Amino acid sequence: MGVGLAGATWAIARKDLLIELRTRTTFIAAGVFALLGVSIFYFAWDPTAIPAVDLAPGVLWVIFTFSGLLGLHRSFGLEQESRAIDALVTSAAPRESIFLGKALANLVFVLAVQAIAIPAVALMYNLPLGGTVLALAGFAVLASVGLVAVGTLFSAMAVNTRMAELLLPVLALPFFVPIVMPAAQATAKLLAGRPADEIYSWLKLLLAFDLVFVFACTMIYPWTFEE
Amino acid sequence: MCRAFGARTIVDGVDLLVGPAECLAIFGPNGAGKTTLLRLLAGLLRPTAGAITIGGEKLSRSPLARSRVGIISHHHMLYEALTGRENVQFAAQMHGVEDSNAVSRSLERMGALEFADVPVRALSRGMQQRVTIARALVHDPDVLLADEPYTALDEAGTRAVAARFSAIRGSGGSIVLVTHNAEEGSAAATRTARMENGRFFEAA
Amino acid sequence: MNRPTPLTLAAIVAVLAATARAIFFTPLEAVQGPAQKILYVHAPAAWVAFLAFGVVALVSIVYLWLRDDRLDRIAESSAEVGVVFTTVVLITGPLWGKPVWGTYWTWDARLTLTLFLWFVYVGYLLLRGAVEDPAMRARYSAVLGILGALLIPFIHLSVYLFRTLHPLPVLMKPGAPSMPREMLITLLAAFAAFTLLYAALLRTRYRYAVERDAMTPGGFA
Repeated sequence: MGVGLAGATWAIARKDLLIELRTRTTFIAAGVFALLGVSIFYFAWDPTAIPAVDLAPGVLWVIFTFSGLLGLHRSFGLEQESRAIDALVTSAAPRESIFLGKALANLVFVLAVQAIAIPAVALMYNLPLGGTVLALAGFAVLASVGLVAVGTLFSAMAVNTRMAELLLPVLALPFFVPIVMPAAQATAKLLAGRPADEIYSWLKLLLAFDLVFVFACTMIYPWTFEE
Repeated sequence: MCRAFGARTIVDGVDLLVGPAECLAIFGPNGAGKTTLLRLLAGLLRPTAGAITIGGEKLSRSPLARSRVGIISHHHMLYEALTGRENVQFAAQMHGVEDSNAVSRSLERMGALEFADVPVRALSRGMQQRVTIARALVHDPDVLLADEPYTALDEAGTRAVAARFSAIRGSGGSIVLVTHNAEEGSAAATRTARMENGRFFEAA
Repeated sequence: MNRPTPLTLAAIVAVLAATARAIFFTPLEAVQGPAQKILYVHAPAAWVAFLAFGVVALVSIVYLWLRDDRLDRIAESSAEVGVVFTTVVLITGPLWGKPVWGTYWTWDARLTLTLFLWFVYVGYLLLRGAVEDPAMRARYSAVLGILGALLIPFIHLSVYLFRTLHPLPVLMKPGAPSMPREMLITLLAAFAAFTLLYAALLRTRYRYAVERDAMTPGGFA
């Protein structure tokens, strides 16, 4: 009668997404925030001095970071209210599956917001996407994986503090540097049509970060509990 | 089946053994440490000294041991956006329950089947409590830790709880019950005890 | 305040001696002049900043294994001492940069890495401040300490990659390997002195933590 890691992970992810589907408020907020941010940034620069194409990568990944953070808080927040987390912790499900399930749900959430933000940037900044769309999407997925791994772990801890909404960004942002830098730099190079080998270095760095931190955060999550 | 002793200063030097088919009711004033004791027994807290074992296995190390325990706390632990059925279904998945009828059966035993497909948010506190108990019992636990299970329940609900308690004891399970409801508590109990300022005193 | 321990006395003496040697007995660097002497504070402080975080990370790992409160106090102390030294690096860097490079801040690889170390320290201390339950605070801090240590090499790689793919005008690299023997000795002396200072401050801060926890009822019961 055991509970497997994969089964529990999937059930938890599904449950989180079902709840988000029913309430939708966080997703709409994050989506609108992304659109607003993209629009506001456009007016923050002088379009005659700096072409939109050069601005776009920076804007895209800054917006990615902050809209990602918006969604992360709710991940463990929804367990707090009625102490549903206690039921999860005392169940037979492996601790790691709680983390992985929530991270998976967060990943879907972040990718969904990206699906709004990236086309918005492409539209508003007149990006010549063409053949780079696939590569761009690839970086978006990899960056989201890293963001979600670190963000889910920190939101698990932050939710138990008094200043959760403020603490989460302060803790997480340094960790986003090895995610956002490769993503933004690679995007810029892709859009400028630079040779592929320059992009490979950034890709490798991002991949390495993802591998290390998904593993580390999954392994370390059970240690946040009392036992 | 369950033994615990010594802990933080909130629970002081408790040495406890609960056997099969027993129901231990713990009474006491607010702040006595009863809820903390229950959380310790549930494995939610780590004792500063001593250990909790179920059937000889340490709770924290063994998901299998955890699958034998059911918990009712005074938070309802339900996801308010989901329906009662979805909540109980999720709990069944978390405990690896394979029987597909277990969810409906558990809801029905608590008289919660009629409103099982309504989001929990829309239910009254009493109805939520019925769903909570259905959720706690869906995996047929051998050990039930119940903190104020009778909260907000009407007569029918209270009778359903009493019936469930008897059923658990009937199949050899143990219950540790914390309640302010002296009447129900004494009726369900085979042993009673009192906690005051973290110290535990068992009645004869 | 208690009598200073031998360690504290040794540290103070060492720092004074190294300072005296740096100011009076070490030759001026030809190009940079007196400003170059900030090196004798800047580099050792950077060493201690990273050493202190290494201690935090190591102690964090052992804490999660043994759950001994004393380890948590060491981590807490090392973090507070470490953030001070990191701040010193971030202040002496620009102070040195202005007369030598003409600007206060360039995104120099090492200084940028130190900046992010500073952010991780601050996050660590903020987390500690935000958690009330002592056991939870210790656990969470340990987790952050370990992850922070994992992060540092990645930041280093990111900045390094950024610099190699974005070559900037070559800046004068102060403290290049071919240092006259006199300066090297002073530098090593400064490193030793700062390390002693770290140990002394760590011990003092640790004792304070012990006394503070003893006075809090059931603090770490």
